[in-house]
Amino acid sequence: MIELRDVTFGYDDADHPVLRDVDLRLEEGELVLVAGRTGTGKSTLLRLLNGLVPRFSGGELAGDVLVDGSSIVGVAPRDLAHVVGHVPQDPLAGFVTDTVEEELAYGMEQLGIDPGTMRRRVEETLDLLGIEDLRDRALRTLSGGQQQRVAIGSVLTMHPRVLVLDEPTSALDPTAAEDVLATLARLVDDLGLTVVVAEHRMERVIPFADRLVLVDDTRVRAGEPAELLRTSSVAPPVIELGRLAGWDPLPLSVRAARRRRDALRERLSDRRSRAVTIAGEDQLVARGVTVAHGDLVAVRDVSVRVRRGEIVTVMGRNGAGKSSLLWALQGAGKRRAGSLDVRGEDPATVKADRARTLVGLVPQTAGDLLYLETVALECAAADQQADAVPGTCRTLLDRLAPGIADAHHPRDLSEGQRLSLVLAIVLTARPHVIALDEPTRGLDYGAKVELRRILRDLADDGHGVLVATHDVEFVAQVADTVMVMAQGEVVSAGTPEQVLPESPAFAPQVWKILGDGWLTVDEVQAALA
Amino acid sequence: MTRASLNGLGRRADASRTLHPVAWWVWALGLAATASVVTNPWMLVLVVLVVSIVVVARRTDAPWALSFRLYLWFALFIVVVRVLLRVMLGGDSGGTVLVVLPEVPLPDVARGVRLLGPVALESVLAGLYDGMRLATIVVCVGAANALANPKRLLASLPPALYEVGTAVVVALSVFPQLADSLRRVRRARRLRGDAGRGVGALRRVVVPVLEDALERSMTLAAGMDARGYGRSGTATPRQRAVTGSLLLGGLVGLAVGVYAFLDSSAPRVLAVPMLVTGTVLSVAGLAAAGRRVQRVRYRPDPWARGELVAIASGLGAAVLAVQLPVWQPLVANPPLGAFPTVTPLAVAIVLLGLLPAALIPEPPAAAPASRTPQEVAT
Repeated sequence: MIELRDVTFGYDDADHPVLRDVDLRLEEGELVLVAGRTGTGKSTLLRLLNGLVPRFSGGELAGDVLVDGSSIVGVAPRDLAHVVGHVPQDPLAGFVTDTVEEELAYGMEQLGIDPGTMRRRVEETLDLLGIEDLRDRALRTLSGGQQQRVAIGSVLTMHPRVLVLDEPTSALDPTAAEDVLATLARLVDDLGLTVVVAEHRMERVIPFADRLVLVDDTRVRAGEPAELLRTSSVAPPVIELGRLAGWDPLPLSVRAARRRRDALRERLSDRRSRAVTIAGEDQLVARGVTVAHGDLVAVRDVSVRVRRGEIVTVMGRNGAGKSSLLWALQGAGKRRAGSLDVRGEDPATVKADRARTLVGLVPQTAGDLLYLETVALECAAADQQADAVPGTCRTLLDRLAPGIADAHHPRDLSEGQRLSLVLAIVLTARPHVIALDEPTRGLDYGAKVELRRILRDLADDGHGVLVATHDVEFVAQVADTVMVMAQGEVVSAGTPEQVLPESPAFAPQVWKILGDGWLTVDEVQAALA
Repeated sequence: MTRASLNGLGRRADASRTLHPVAWWVWALGLAATASVVTNPWMLVLVVLVVSIVVVARRTDAPWALSFRLYLWFALFIVVVRVLLRVMLGGDSGGTVLVVLPEVPLPDVARGVRLLGPVALESVLAGLYDGMRLATIVVCVGAANALANPKRLLASLPPALYEVGTAVVVALSVFPQLADSLRRVRRARRLRGDAGRGVGALRRVVVPVLEDALERSMTLAAGMDARGYGRSGTATPRQRAVTGSLLLGGLVGLAVGVYAFLDSSAPRVLAVPMLVTGTVLSVAGLAAAGRRVQRVRYRPDPWARGELVAIASGLGAAVLAVQLPVWQPLVANPPLGAFPTVTPLAVAIVLLGLLPAALIPEPPAAAPASRTPQEVAT
């Protein structure tokens, strides 16, 4: 079907290539999961398959890419559109038209398919993806999961034989992600499509995956998922638990792991409970906060308390009001009602410079805060804006993410590095409370461990930490207190042990396997030690 | 079944749909033509009223529909500027002097131009009528913009121009996106502390917004290419050459013809015959180019009764208005010295433009607002 022969790809100015000596063969009708740490060339590998690399990226390509035995090197992506369908990471940025139906038809219009067939295929695709009731909706008004399904549909109507998806669930909440991935599995089963998907929520795809392709430090390895995952540098909690318990063969799904749990549970009978000792004084107390955008009430009567040394996480599906709450607590977002007290002051009524020393917020699109050419200039500006000793921001950055060169352009940093830079800039003002909006977006397992360490250090330093996220596993590892929001209201709050297991969408894998209050692999490891 | 899908089913029926964008443009240009042949202020005001009523009755809640108000302000601005210019550069036309302003002496170079000085009623009225005429034309264009979906308008271009059309569509969609990122970045400013004033503060907004826009456009370009945009089709070099020469010949013919038509000293043989030849060649070229484009239009907008009503009302008003200066010259272009009057015929001509408000289907109700609070917030 598609074959990469001895492919090496790199940019002229870099000292080492992005991908080296890649040999890969994708068979008809298989689901291939591409995994690896961020910035290792997963996207590059996917974009090689339809010629977007090197055509839209520049760089040097050596070796050969074959589709059905003939080379496609130098062929434009547009002339492969009917063979390889590529779904970009951010569906909204790739939409050409306004409405769902027109978007589904767009690709077919380019191929010159006759109107009758077009109409039929649009209807089929609407049904196949379960988006029939969205057909006249404007694309911008859809939720993230709906947009992702429309993006998949818009390439499916061209009847490609290969579907390539780049991190289709990275911006979705657990339920929407589940929907999209279930859709993919169905496409492989029903249509016999070859699906290549890069995904960092590996755990959801691994059970369906026929093959795993690991991209690791410019090299690519492909093989049976169970085999490769034994040693892979990226692995979901269920795999890590399996490795820890020494299960062989490695169970790939929660269901398979659950059938092996009894022996492990016996070894864990003397469970040490999590030491929760937060006795710090209140850093932030908010009562009855209500936020409205026009007629739409985003946050309704929410009360939050963040103490010294405490990490509070706010969960909920996309649009549940998490971001609005964070912005309101920082004082930059408007609050319609309620009271807010950060060490005796209300961030919404003081000047912006003062508010930043009360609550520092790292927004969802952290890059919005950056506007200078180099990391060094950004750090210097941050010191000056916060009236801090020169070098404060740089020192913080070195603690958060060592080894970022002064001369780097902020846009060239990886997601994790950029997040660290913005966090360092925000911390330079020495806020009592630090709020982070979806900080784990685009981070791999390793980077999340790093972020967890950083947040814990901040809390231990006496900051209060507030994190809005829908990353369940991250919450299980980091949270002292969990709040779950729905439709702008808090629906449950408490310790992770109390809150997370309540709902299947928010239960972490280790709990699903072991139950009994176990939330993370680390806890299990500590208990076994 | 949800409301959205019901709308989908009803889209082909005459109940509740949006009109073909070309029909709206013909209607609006017809009224603009009506306005352009008269200077009667009452008729012009009536045209603006008629256009406004139709816009209010038949516009959707799409973003471009909200721009109509801007055109009204712009029209007002035009009238004010026209009148002010007449006051300032009065000229020596004589007539009833309203007020005498102190004249500003100008150097000899500007001889023939008089700044301020006596202001004549006739001169101000001429400026007012003239400005109102121009303003009314602007309002008509604004109405077309508010009523016709620009994307669907470009989609009805001949296939040969399709790629240009898509480029324009994409450029149009950049503006709402820019507004989005601008809002986001401005909000984030509070989180970062003051960047100072002037260039520093401006840069802090402009740099992230532009970087964002650049990244989006690269993504979109890659996405469109991956979905087959710009596939070249299967033309042989020979066909390409034929198409190219037809289009080029047509263009030259049109250029020469238009020039000769407008410049009365050019030989007459170049005027109409060249125009006709140029048009024929261009049409043939476009058709030839269109034939090798393999692109097909999905569910094109239909031409039905509503479209015919809109076109008839616009064109009808224009055709009758062109005759008005012949039939009733004093009504079409009232003398500056007398109070302008209207006749039933003049009113009826303009009121023809009101037909769409009553006779064409209403636009579909807006899709249920389902923007999540987060999307609104960001």
